[in-house]
Amino acid sequence: MKFPPLQRRTLALVVIIIPLLLLFIYVALRSGPLAPIAATVSTVESRSVAPALAGIGTVQARFTYKIGPTVAGRVKRLDVHVGDIVKAGQVLGEMDAVDLDDRVSAQQAAIKSSEAALRQAAAKETFAQTQATRYEQLLSVRGTSEETVVTKRQELAVASAALVASREDIVRLRAELEALRAQRGNLRLVAPVAGLVAARDADPGTTVVAGQAVIEVIDTAGLWVDTRFDQISAEGLAIGLPAKIVLRSRRSQAVAGHVLRIEPRADAVTEETLAKIVFNAPPVPLPPLGELAEVTVQLGELPAAPTISNAAIRTVDGKRGVWKLVEGGLTFTPVVLGRSSLDGLVQVLEGLSVGDQIVLYSEKTLSAKSRINIVDRLPGVSP
Amino acid sequence: MISLAGRDILHAWGKFIFTGIGLGLLIGVTLTMAGVYRGMVDDGKVLLDNSGANLWVVQRDTLGPYAESSSIPDDLWRSIRTLPGVAEAANVTYLTMQVGRGEKDVRAMVVGIAAGEPGTSGWPPQLVAGRQITRGHYEAVADIATGFRLGDDVKIRRNHYTVVGLTRRMVSSSGDPMVFIPLKDAQEAQFLKDNDAILMQRRRTGANPAFNRPGVPGLLDAVIASQTSNNSVNAVLVRIQSEYSPQEVAEPIRRWKRLTVYDRAQMEEILVGKLIATSAKQIAMFLVILAVVSAAIVAFIIYTLTMDKIREIAVLKLIGTRNRTISGMILQQALVLGVIGFVVGKITATFAAPLFPKYVLLMPIDSILGFFAVMVICVLASVVAIRMALKVDPAEAIGG
Repeated sequence: MKFPPLQRRTLALVVIIIPLLLLFIYVALRSGPLAPIAATVSTVESRSVAPALAGIGTVQARFTYKIGPTVAGRVKRLDVHVGDIVKAGQVLGEMDAVDLDDRVSAQQAAIKSSEAALRQAAAKETFAQTQATRYEQLLSVRGTSEETVVTKRQELAVASAALVASREDIVRLRAELEALRAQRGNLRLVAPVAGLVAARDADPGTTVVAGQAVIEVIDTAGLWVDTRFDQISAEGLAIGLPAKIVLRSRRSQAVAGHVLRIEPRADAVTEETLAKIVFNAPPVPLPPLGELAEVTVQLGELPAAPTISNAAIRTVDGKRGVWKLVEGGLTFTPVVLGRSSLDGLVQVLEGLSVGDQIVLYSEKTLSAKSRINIVDRLPGVSP
Repeated sequence: MISLAGRDILHAWGKFIFTGIGLGLLIGVTLTMAGVYRGMVDDGKVLLDNSGANLWVVQRDTLGPYAESSSIPDDLWRSIRTLPGVAEAANVTYLTMQVGRGEKDVRAMVVGIAAGEPGTSGWPPQLVAGRQITRGHYEAVADIATGFRLGDDVKIRRNHYTVVGLTRRMVSSSGDPMVFIPLKDAQEAQFLKDNDAILMQRRRTGANPAFNRPGVPGLLDAVIASQTSNNSVNAVLVRIQSEYSPQEVAEPIRRWKRLTVYDRAQMEEILVGKLIATSAKQIAMFLVILAVVSAAIVAFIIYTLTMDKIREIAVLKLIGTRNRTISGMILQQALVLGVIGFVVGKITATFAAPLFPKYVLLMPIDSILGFFAVMVICVLASVVAIRMALKVDPAEAIGG
């Protein structure tokens, strides 16, 4: 043989060059803009969805009683601390009376003095009565002058009037004493209902203005969640719907509740609808006021309709729709969407029918000319 | 007629192939560098594409929201929505920050997307797994480049978000992966300080006698509440009706709303021309240097290959081979070397591209240009070698 060395060389060269060329062709076609786009496909199914609304809110007391003095004054003593359970009518503290007690004593003395004055007036009246009667009898036997009798009658009238005045004076003074006592009583801070002391805003010795709260009592039976739902996703919110409340401190457990009220005034700035959700049974232990809570209001299940995942929805030229697989090619089909559930299922009102094949996930933005490579799972996505 | 070049290559094929592969690696690096530059530009473009907007309405006289910070009230979109030609207006916030998952954190651009349904401007246009956000709070769609998985619990500021969907190639102009969260959460995240800072601010406000007046109960609470709420967004994304031109819609917003509006072309100019201008120039500079170095190395290789066989060339001349045949041999060898180098380079670049932390985009047009550049360089390099070969004295074959 003449050529074995050359043939071996050629062979070796071919072994290197051919794979290199194949690799090059593969690289040129399978990467970059020429490569087909990996996509996954799903089938439109007919199923019912149960829409739910998600909102967040804070735990608040339905009734908060802010207890404070009705006039400016200084806090004398407070008998309760934050966290104490109080009964209705229980005295929580007292404002400093300053001179009120002295004024009560003065008033009591004044009443006594007035009573003495009444006795004096009564004695005067009795005497005037006796004199008047005696002179009347003397006049009837002509034993005295008419003028004297008239004088005696006038004295009797004056004494009677003085007696009435004294009597009424006592009534006035007693009423004034009552007023002072009422004022004195008003200085005591009394719990209007049974509840929990939530705040103690001033300590003894503090001067507070009229109307300023010293102690805040909340009604523990009436806790609710002041919840905010974005208006765009508040469709179907109604009184009485069941709700699931997840407190931030107890993320693993959901507490049952229901919608008590939808506020007639929405928040215009934040574009949210406000609603009050009450607990079906007060959670134990009681959550602190102001704690963040996630609320999910469950709406009724809707009748079955063609349903897709919201990941399939695309926007092309401002139209919302899905990429439908028609005879191996892609067609963009605009759709009208209905209600959706929180797990991402959305009902299609128009545009798709059950059994249609649509693109669910895609690596890149698709166009009608895109070549797609249908896969079970896109590369890089872990199961 | 026998191919002189072919015979010569076969004669020392191992050396030739290895030289070609070495050259290929160098070309590969050059192509990758071009890919890095294209990738940077593409990062900016996908950012604009993914927002799905035709117009960007931002704070007056700013280059927001990507290149500069911009802040506008969050109820402004309503008045923009009512203008003629506006099909859709949506608030959006962008904030680059660290997003925590467990012990680690990832640098990401947190995008606050307006409430609505999928397809609203600002929402991720497509996913690779999971679903779009359905709850108004505490759900996130993350880019796969963050390394997050479906169901992960990620921490942004003090709130925890559940990853419900994954995207691909949703990046900021600097290549940071995006994390989409509901707008209200994002507004809070943008503004919310850590708890210590809030406490300190409360204390400072409380110490300010102007706000903490004994005679006005509730004033301090109101002031603190107003300090910790945020009603700003970075931009309003506007999608226009197809029968209007961007300029027709943008003009009334500029004139009557007294805001700055950018259309797609202007935004691209800002991102590509301003935001990444310096780093792009840096890469371009590198590219030029690499190209020059590659050209020089190709020239040296061909020159030395020719010099190696100067004796054989002298023999060829001695037996009366024409100059054309000798030049042809050298030129063909140079071109074959260039082709092998290019093929190896293209393959290397393609397989190396996904390994880079930032996106490397290899455009077919770059490859084609690269191919012709390599060919031209090879031809030019062989000219020097040819001159050397032709000048050789046939006597050298016998002498030595």
